[in-house]
Amino acid sequence: MSTGNLIEIRDLDSFYKSRQVLFDINFAIPKHQVTVIMGVSGSGKTTLFRHLTGLKRTGPKQIIIDGEDLGAFSETMLMQYRRRIGVLFQSGALFNSLSLAENIAIPLKVHTRLAEETIRIMTVMKLNLVGLADFCDYMPSQMSGGMKKRAGLARALIMDPEILFVDEPSSGLDPITAAGLDRLILDLRKTLGMTAVVVTHELESAFKIADRMVVMDQGRIMAAGSPEEIRNSADRRVQQFLSREADPHRVGLDSYYERLFEWKGH
Amino acid sequence: MVNLIESLGAYVLRQVFSAGRLGLFFAFAIRGIFLPPRKFWPTVKQIEFIGTKSLVVIGFTAAFTGMVLALQGYHTLTKFGSEGWLGSAIGLSLIRELGPVLSALMVTGRAGSAMAAEIGIMRIEEQIDALECMAIDPFSYLITPRFFASIVALPLLTAFNDVIGIMGGYMIGVGLLGVSGGAFWDGLTSSVDWSDLYMGFVKSACFSVIIACVCTYKGFYAGVDEGHFGPEQVGRATTDAVVISSIAVLISDYVITSIML
Repeated sequence: MSTGNLIEIRDLDSFYKSRQVLFDINFAIPKHQVTVIMGVSGSGKTTLFRHLTGLKRTGPKQIIIDGEDLGAFSETMLMQYRRRIGVLFQSGALFNSLSLAENIAIPLKVHTRLAEETIRIMTVMKLNLVGLADFCDYMPSQMSGGMKKRAGLARALIMDPEILFVDEPSSGLDPITAAGLDRLILDLRKTLGMTAVVVTHELESAFKIADRMVVMDQGRIMAAGSPEEIRNSADRRVQQFLSREADPHRVGLDSYYERLFEWKGH
Repeated sequence: MVNLIESLGAYVLRQVFSAGRLGLFFAFAIRGIFLPPRKFWPTVKQIEFIGTKSLVVIGFTAAFTGMVLALQGYHTLTKFGSEGWLGSAIGLSLIRELGPVLSALMVTGRAGSAMAAEIGIMRIEEQIDALECMAIDPFSYLITPRFFASIVALPLLTAFNDVIGIMGGYMIGVGLLGVSGGAFWDGLTSSVDWSDLYMGFVKSACFSVIIACVCTYKGFYAGVDEGHFGPEQVGRATTDAVVISSIAVLISDYVITSIML
């Protein structure tokens, strides 16, 4: 493994039942940097995300984490790996029956023997980081989508993970809150040297936070490199994605009517 | 013809796969006793939900079951001049059979469906994935407390059912239909013995395992096989949980009765 890379993905293919969704994925995630995985809906970003977090089984020698083969991890090794990572899911994934503070504190209560008071202090510190310190006793049902997402980030950070995985951080957020989250990810990279892997389709956010970018389409990597390299990519599909152009053959009133009458004819 | 055989084969394979996965699920739920987090208070909370909050519905079910048993029993026994055995008939019916089965069916409908729905919603909202990513065994956190709460709560609810049912039967038999109170209690105490109580509680314990296993299993895997996660999958999981649990309770009731009699 080359120095500076924390995660290497080699020839990764992925299937849902008999349908192949990832084709020959190869790229590396450097340490202490923010890697953004971008792509349209259905490009395979979430499947790749699930492989990297161990939620989807990986074949041998396809994902190498710090020199170790994720596909060969025993259950114990997988648990140890997961204690090194923090994961923010798209909806926050807070537990509805627990208050905000109880949600954040779960990893500490399960994995440490810290006193209740220490746990409470650490919880409030992390909630402060995301601007939710005044909402400790709120239930998830009393919170907005943006607040839930920030709370989910606080929970992902409570164990001070080495690697932070973030799935669609800006989706469903207003621009100000989204910008705040972007700022936070950059601060974590800068102050704690955290490695972050962010899956998103929000271009503005991606270019703001990324040190490295990977652009995916239909289960394949179209381009990988620095933000500048991606911006200047000669690949037509990459440029179409960056300029937010719709597929010409998919829209258009005439082609729509044609297809509609063909269907009705059957 | 080939398509039919293929479809049949695929269906059988799916059922075998599900049965194997259910067996593993049961094993993981038991293994969860030895894994973090601590489970005492979560189990107590579940006992409150499954047990305490079912008391009213069990009470109503038991009372009216006892009352209707008294009515039907009296009119049947008078044909043979044996209305004095009403207490015995009500006691044996409730303690051996109706107490465990009706309690199990009520708990399935109330708590079993709620467990399946709650865990199913956790699945579709990625909360179970979040537990796994926090290196917390989801079986230990979610399933084990519900499992053991069910095993504790259901036999106690069965006992409550038996008592209220007998009291309901007494109220109608003695209070309304004129059966002698002494004959009612004499019949009950002379006919019911430890083997009847033992049968009732063994059934109840077995039913509790079935209900907890099936309902939490259905919720846990809601949408997983289809690959779609939404309200429809939760609804289907909840319905399947109640139907399969109820049928399994009735089938196992027959099997246990045939073994123990």
